[in-house]
Amino acid sequence: MPTIKINKKVFEKLVGKKLPLEKLKDRISYLGTDLEDVNENEIVVEIFPNRPDMLSEEGFARAFSSFIGVKTGLKKYNVKKSGHKVIVDKSVSMRPYTTCAIVKNLNFNDEMIREIMQIQEKLALTHGRNRKKSAYGLYPLNNINFPIRYTAKDPNEVKFRPLGLEKEISAVKVEELHPKGREFKWVAEGWKKYPFFIDGKENIMCMLPYTNSHHTGKVDETTKEVFIECTGTDLENVKQALNIIVTMLADMGGQIYSLDIIYPSKTITTPNLNPEEMKVDIGYVNKILGLDLKENQIKTLLERMGFDYKNKKALIPAYRTDILHQIDLIEDIAIAYGYENFIPSIPNLSTISAEDKFEIFKNKIADLLSGMGLIETCSYHLSNKEQQCSMMNTNLSLIELENSISSDYNILKAWNIPSLMEILSSNKHHEYPQKIFTIGTIFKKNPKSETNIEEDERLAIAIASEKTDYTEIRQILDYLFRSINLKYEITETEHDSFITGRVGRVIVNGKNVAYIGEISPQVITNWELEMPVTALELNLTELFNTISK
Amino acid sequence: MEVDKIIAALHPLERKVLPILRETSSFEKIAELTKLQKVEVMRALQWLQNKKIISVKQKLQEKIDLDENGLKYRDKGLPEKTFLQLSNKPITLDEIGKRSNLSKQELSISLGILKSKGAIEIKKERGILISITNAGKNILNKGFPEEDFLKKKFPIGIFELNNEEKRIFESLKKRKNIVKLNIIKIINAELTEIGKKLTAQKIDSKNIIDRLTPSIIQSGEWKNKKLRSYDVAINVPNISGGKRHFVSQAIQYSKRIWLDMGFKEMTGPIVESSFWVFDALFTAQDHPVREMQDTFFIKNQKYGKLPEKKLVNAVKSAHENGGSTGSKGWQYNWKNEEAMKNVLRTHTTNLSARTLAGLKKSEIPSKFFAVGRCFRNEAIDWSHLFEFNQTEGIVIDPNANFRHLLGYLKEFFRRMGFEKARFRPAYFAYTEPSVEIDAFYPVHKKWIELGGAGILRPEVTKALLGEEIPVLAWGPGFDRVMMDYYDINDMRDIYKNDLKQLREMEYWMK
Repeated sequence: MPTIKINKKVFEKLVGKKLPLEKLKDRISYLGTDLEDVNENEIVVEIFPNRPDMLSEEGFARAFSSFIGVKTGLKKYNVKKSGHKVIVDKSVSMRPYTTCAIVKNLNFNDEMIREIMQIQEKLALTHGRNRKKSAYGLYPLNNINFPIRYTAKDPNEVKFRPLGLEKEISAVKVEELHPKGREFKWVAEGWKKYPFFIDGKENIMCMLPYTNSHHTGKVDETTKEVFIECTGTDLENVKQALNIIVTMLADMGGQIYSLDIIYPSKTITTPNLNPEEMKVDIGYVNKILGLDLKENQIKTLLERMGFDYKNKKALIPAYRTDILHQIDLIEDIAIAYGYENFIPSIPNLSTISAEDKFEIFKNKIADLLSGMGLIETCSYHLSNKEQQCSMMNTNLSLIELENSISSDYNILKAWNIPSLMEILSSNKHHEYPQKIFTIGTIFKKNPKSETNIEEDERLAIAIASEKTDYTEIRQILDYLFRSINLKYEITETEHDSFITGRVGRVIVNGKNVAYIGEISPQVITNWELEMPVTALELNLTELFNTISK
Repeated sequence: MEVDKIIAALHPLERKVLPILRETSSFEKIAELTKLQKVEVMRALQWLQNKKIISVKQKLQEKIDLDENGLKYRDKGLPEKTFLQLSNKPITLDEIGKRSNLSKQELSISLGILKSKGAIEIKKERGILISITNAGKNILNKGFPEEDFLKKKFPIGIFELNNEEKRIFESLKKRKNIVKLNIIKIINAELTEIGKKLTAQKIDSKNIIDRLTPSIIQSGEWKNKKLRSYDVAINVPNISGGKRHFVSQAIQYSKRIWLDMGFKEMTGPIVESSFWVFDALFTAQDHPVREMQDTFFIKNQKYGKLPEKKLVNAVKSAHENGGSTGSKGWQYNWKNEEAMKNVLRTHTTNLSARTLAGLKKSEIPSKFFAVGRCFRNEAIDWSHLFEFNQTEGIVIDPNANFRHLLGYLKEFFRRMGFEKARFRPAYFAYTEPSVEIDAFYPVHKKWIELGGAGILRPEVTKALLGEEIPVLAWGPGFDRVMMDYYDINDMRDIYKNDLKQLREMEYWMK
């Protein structure tokens, strides 16, 4: 989730009220933003991804001001017609939508320019899904000639000077030479042509999704009027982005102008800041919230969140992207009401509890084992091939993770004894005998399962001591099976982790459920241990299924 | 009376040591006379001191001991003696060297010593010619007093030497590796007033039984003897038993709470298709949580199977246009392939989604819970792990509302030991309204985030249940609560499995 830094003085001016520090902290948290830090000069907040309209100082202050009751209700923005056009060519099929606007009467200072850059980046990261869904650009209006064309071109045939570079280069070099080209070339994977904005005098304004041109795209303190473009793969998304940007600029004192966007099949005028309407069902609101709010109370609460309420309908500001359903209005009503004001209550609702039967079974097994003096251990489900296979002298088929950050944990465990060996290995300096067990999930391929991966719960026991031997581990197994009144047999078997002739396969009702034996000295040495180790691994899922039949 | 009681409680070691204390207070001497090992004497003295029978005083003392050459000369004689014996007839220095085992250094030292004593005469002709004097002969007859000194019993305190011996010690000290001074701890045990009274009594060990044995019981021997009393307040060595891991203990407790509140347990897979982890929970297919940096994907079993078509279509239309819920949906083309991707569950809410999809009408209202391991693709450090425990709950109740949600959560955390819980607005893709739960930690005097909750969105319940019933849902993390209880500061310690720590760790006593 994006974090933004806000100048406290500017914020207070925008809000129109100064709150004491403690009150400020409290109100920010209850507005639905995560307060990270606040001091005399700065407020640092985390904005939830459903509220991109709060990513700017202006947007955040706007929401805060109405929340604390200073400037409530739907904020009106006046949009004038510019009379200019943007022509969309059908060649931009890889990024077919654009929305544009002009804002005049701006009075930028250093900080505002930084702020504009910040919101462009943060908005593109969240709302624009890291520029894949949408990206945005601002240009000083006085360098641009209308009409503007939005069109796709072969980058080999375009030359321009990208913003931040010293000279003109071929557009095909941008992905190599420009930092944004390198960062976002994944967005353009598979593109043969790239979308460009080109002005009336054939000047390249920008190459998407990367960078503005130096010639037309450099906003600075002298800029009083800007042209804004949003492009992307989803029309609704670029409309919302434009609304968020222009309302922010209007809150900085700017005047918004619309343009006609001429698509091959239709013409739209952007930005459109008319509020959407949504019906409010008072009964539904009160049922969900467990309150008894009257219509005028709901009106007041909606106004606290920047909405208007008329004729049983909420008027939704054009910069709100998160109101999909009436339930979203209900949350805003709850926030305005104050989460701290809800009185928690437990309904008199009789239901019968039930613990999962297999969970009970596992617990009983674990209790029996701890009664025998064994200590339960707790390990990760992730491991690595070396521990699961090489150090155990075996070769198993493992489920691998696609993208683990750590090479120590890049597979799912196929068995549990290696985890116990690791624990013994890291406890060499502690008192012996060491008797440990664990119950954990193991993973193996199985096309019959829904995920094509089978998960079993397995018990593993390991004993390390001078005197441990097959008899000792066998006695534990025997006691366990006697305690749960289960007959079993053991047949001789081979297993590379165990000593030949001292390893058995445990069979219950014809099903193989466990290995049991003495760990081979080679494996013991692999783990840098110097004590004899005996171990067993028992498939509890299999065992439980067998006895439940 | 007092004294009798003390005598009755004396340990066999104490019984051996105590009578000796009348004769000596020296630790060494006690060990010698009782024929006990030094550790045994030490233990006995310690116990006796604890009972105020003796007072043990330790002081540091300088003791003289023989060094390497000292030991050699004690056994083989001093080099100057050998030298002088060989000088009985005039002899060259080289010849003495050949006929003795003396080193060059020993030769020159002997030469110096004997010359200063006037025991030899030195002439320089044909090399160095040496002959014994009358004084020398005298010395040979009387013997060297240094040799007598070396034969004393070492180590020995300087204060034990007479003046002559002191002089010899000083002269030997100047020579190489003959004597050395060591700092030695001298232990003395003096009887206290009680001790003196005690030793005046007869301390009998024959009529005292130390350990009760089967044969003593059978023979009836115990009838005529006294069983020694113990110091019941004494410290004993630690032992430890088998036990459940502390995570299991805590999980058992939290399960108990949900069960007490009438919840049924849900269990299910850890590897799960994206359908159940994300899509069924109205998380758009381009949502950042579904990217590689947050979620573990599977390399060699990349895809799972989707459930029945009706359910898949309901979820698909919820995403694309809100289906029949009146929602706008996310307005994009929902793809099967994305939903089939296997992931390690990022929350246990996949279990809730499965439960809702399989719920019969007759089972409403009902309440379910789960406690389980979840995963996120994160590097490990003191406050981050790639595995964590979550406790999940859902309430399916046509009359459920937001205040009930807060009520259930408050009650759960109260039972977990947090008297104060507060709720703040939050955002989750699949709940609305959403809540962040903070609990107040009295020790740290601050609010700690414990995780999220909310009412499932209509897009979720309609697709899974087939109708729009309010479903309260929560999934707070569990590890922080546990770390607080056990006072663990580093998350990695949860899975460290240090056996000493596990053996000695406090038990979950709630």
